[in-house]
Formats: sequence, structure tokens, C-alpha cells
Amino acid sequence: MKGRVVLSAEAIVAGYEPDLPILNGAGFTLHEREIVALLGPNGAGKSTLIKAVAGLVPVTSGRVRLEERDITNLPAHLLIRLGLGFVPQTENVFAAMSIADNLLLAAAILPKTRRAERVAAMYAMFPDLAAKTSLAAGRLSGGQRQMLAIARTLLVEPKVLMLDEPSAGLSPKIVGGVFETLQRVRETGVAILLVEQSVRTALALADRAYVLAEGRNRHEGPAPLLRDDPLIAHLYFGGDPVAAP
Amino acid sequence: MSLQFIADGLLIGSMVGLGAIGVTLTYSILGFANFVHGEFIAWGAYACLVIAGLIGLGFGIQVQPLGPFSIGWVILVAAVFAMTFTGLLALALDFLLFSRLRRHGNAIVMVMASFGASMALRSLLEFLFTSEPAYFSREIQIAIPIGLGVRVTPDQMLMLVLTAVLVLGMHLLITRTTLGRAMRAVSENPSLAAVGGIDVAAVIRRTWLIGGALACAAGIVAGITVQIRPFMGFDLLLPMFAAAILGGIGSVPGAVLGGLIVGLAESCAVQFVGAEYRAAVAFLLLIAVLLLRPTGLFGRAAG
Repeated sequence: MKGRVVLSAEAIVAGYEPDLPILNGAGFTLHEREIVALLGPNGAGKSTLIKAVAGLVPVTSGRVRLEERDITNLPAHLLIRLGLGFVPQTENVFAAMSIADNLLLAAAILPKTRRAERVAAMYAMFPDLAAKTSLAAGRLSGGQRQMLAIARTLLVEPKVLMLDEPSAGLSPKIVGGVFETLQRVRETGVAILLVEQSVRTALALADRAYVLAEGRNRHEGPAPLLRDDPLIAHLYFGGDPVAAP
Repeated sequence: MSLQFIADGLLIGSMVGLGAIGVTLTYSILGFANFVHGEFIAWGAYACLVIAGLIGLGFGIQVQPLGPFSIGWVILVAAVFAMTFTGLLALALDFLLFSRLRRHGNAIVMVMASFGASMALRSLLEFLFTSEPAYFSREIQIAIPIGLGVRVTPDQMLMLVLTAVLVLGMHLLITRTTLGRAMRAVSENPSLAAVGGIDVAAVIRRTWLIGGALACAAGIVAGITVQIRPFMGFDLLLPMFAAAILGGIGSVPGAVLGGLIVGLAESCAVQFVGAEYRAAVAFLLLIAVLLLRPTGLFGRAAG
């Protein structure tokens, strides 16, 4: 049974230019402890939707709610304080700063008494990072960077973790590690919304998924049903039904 | 051969380096070459002069110089107020001009606006104070021999110490404090900084405040060791940009080292080539370093 809704976006119209919307009414709901994937072909508006929710793309119409609160067009820096964490697709760590400084910077919005404890918790969750705290984040491998980016966001204990294509540019083995981490994160009570190009892995992880095309919702449903639907596979994901991994 | 030219180069270089810290901070965080920084130097020096005069008038006192130095405590107190004033002047200029242009995200428009604002502020300064040089003090300073044929005045030594303290303070602020980390984060990736909870607009405001205050400090140092003129900041502008680029945009130690290199190169040029080649030698050095290391001495390639 689904829990209460923690994040929702209704009929979102948004784009980078005011008179050139990329989203034309797309939306989703995310329940507590749920993993939801936003899928669709290139240019469908998946990343724009997640960025609009994260406060990085202006919403011209529609509504975004975090629990009961209307957060539409709130400045991005306030959202993490309200419990909405976002991991961008690329450039998601401060490459010139050390691992420790990346985490300390994320911890700065917490009360001083909690910062050291939360940084230590992230080192415990990601031991690879703990082994080289003074290393510049720009020198980490792709997978380690993704872990640091996730750690930076989880450090402040968000209610919702949003990720834009966490598998981009990573080898299948590393993607497996990232998705295992997300499964562990969900078990701590965090709801997860992810945009993914890698449909097979996303549908294996997610509880539900939305398929977007041309800035609108085209299909939605439980991940296993979408995974086995030959029509969806044919229309949006390039041919054959997506086989279960 | 006297090594006086090295001491002179280091003194000029420390002044340039102090000014270049503000240039490198605003350049890295705001993303444009801010020509107004030179005017903040001149406005800061004049502000200190005026505030010191007002303190003297207000208390009805004639302040004696401190020990071997040419300046009294009034200048040091006035310096604190002047740094605050110049920081607020920078903030006001951002509010009135740059914040409006920033929304369009066009760096060349920002540069041209800063060029225009720079000329307007310099002209206003010239109108208010004329182009005649002014001085913090008319006390005569005796240069003290410090060995190897080098002589330095007490004022110059005091300014070197003050510059070192400010540079160290800035380095610690940038590397060890939450504000410093936030400034580095905004400089590297403003969007990521914002989703991480950093109020980018607040960081930009603080950068203007700090940049303006440091420019004022550089102006006071230049005013005490040389003289105060409306064009004093403009004359330092190109060496400051050279120092900031040479050191690597965004790096405080880089800006200071870049300033020292520019200062030494200029004084070496005067000593060995001729005073007319002074600026050219410094910039040839800049070009050579950038050809070998395009990100500057302490700059990091994007990664």
C-alpha cells in the first residue's frame, strides 16, 4: 500500500525561455519510501521536469508541492532546507574542492552541533570517500563522484532525493553499485525520484514510472507492467520489450 | 650593485597583490573583469582621508604620528570606517547596476558597464578633490638601512606587515570558513551551490563587500607609501589584472604571488632595461607564464 504523498508536480508548464515551454503539463506524484522513475526519449522533458521541481527552471504554470507545502518557484537554495535534495546529472560535485570540503559545505546548513556527526555518517555509508578525504573531488572516478554527489545531498537528511540520470557515463558495474546505494537509501525512509535514460536498470529499481513525451505524461504505472509492455518498449525505448535483468 | 630595486619591486608588488585579491575574487565569483575595482582603490583612499579629517575636526585634535611612522592612530581608525564605506559603495553599485545586468548573463555587457561606471566614478572623484595629489601625512620619513644596500622607510615596513596580515586573513577565510567554502562553490558552479543550500545572491553581496574593503586597504597602503590621486586606482588596474591572471583566477595566494612577480618584473625592467619598458616587461612575463600554464600559477583546470 502506498504511503502519503511527499512530492507532487501537477500540470507543469516550464522552459528555459518564457515563451518556449519544454514541459506542457507533465507531472508526477511520489509517495514516502517510494522510488519513481521518469522515463522517455531524448527531448521528452524529463530533466527539465526534475530541474523545474528543484527550482532551477522557472515554472510558468502548474504547482509543485512538498508534503502539504506549495514550493512552486521557490529559490533553489531553500528547497534542500525543506527536505528536497537534488543531484544533477553532470558537474554534481565541486571538482576543485576536497572530498572533506564538499561534505563540510553541504553540512553548513545544519546546526553546528550536528555537522561533524552527519559528515561521519556519510563516511560510514561511503567508506571509499573516507579513505581519501583530502583528495580533490575532480580526481575521483565517475562512480566515486556520483557517490560523493549522493552523500552531499543525503548528509542533510532530505525527505526526498531527486537524481538526474545517475547512471550517465558510468560502466554497468558501477551503475549496479549506485543503484544498490539508492535501494539502501530508500530503506532509510527517503523517497527517490530519478530521471533515467537507462530504462532497463531504472525499471528494475523503481516501484513506479512515468513515461514522458513532448513535455507531457504519456504513460504511467507500476514498473513491472511498463517493463513488460511491448507497445511502450516499441514506442519509446527503441524496439523490443525491455527484458528483466 | 644595490639590491634596492628588489625591495622596491616587492613593495610595489605587495600593493598590487593586495588589490589583485579583490580582482580575483570578483572575477571568479561574478564572472567578469570588473574595471571599477581600480576606482574602489581611489575612493577608499579618499574616504579614509576624509574620515580621518572628520575625526580630527570632531575631536578638535592634532594627532601625533605613531612612533617612527608618518601616520597616527586616526588613520588606522579611519581605515576601518573607509573599508566599510568602500565595501558598501561596491554593494550599492552592484544593486544599482550589475545585479540588473547579471540577469541577462552577458559578460561583455557587464565589462562595458564596469568600464563606464569606472570612468564616471573617477570623474566624480576628480570633480570633488581635483587632480592635485593629496597626502595622509607630510611627515618626512627617513629610510632605514636593512642590509645589502637596501633602505626601507618605517611606513613601507608597516604597510608590508599590514598587507601580509590581510593576505593571511583572506587566505584563512577562503580556505577554512563556511563563507570561504561557499565563495569557492559559487565560483565553481553557482547552480550546484544553490541546490546545495547556498544563497548565491548573499554570497555575491559578501564578495562585493570584501572586494571593496580590500580595494580600500590597497588604496590606503598606496596613499600612505606614495600619494593619493583620482587616477591612482586606474594606474594599478592593469598590473592588478595581470597579477590575478598570473596567479590563477580565484586564488588568493596566487593573486599575491602574481602581484609580487609583476612588481619585481617592473622594478627589474627599470633597473636593467629602462623605465619606459616597465609595463611591457611585466606583461611579456604574463604572456610567457600563460603560454606555459594557461590557468595561471595556482589556477586549476576545470575537471
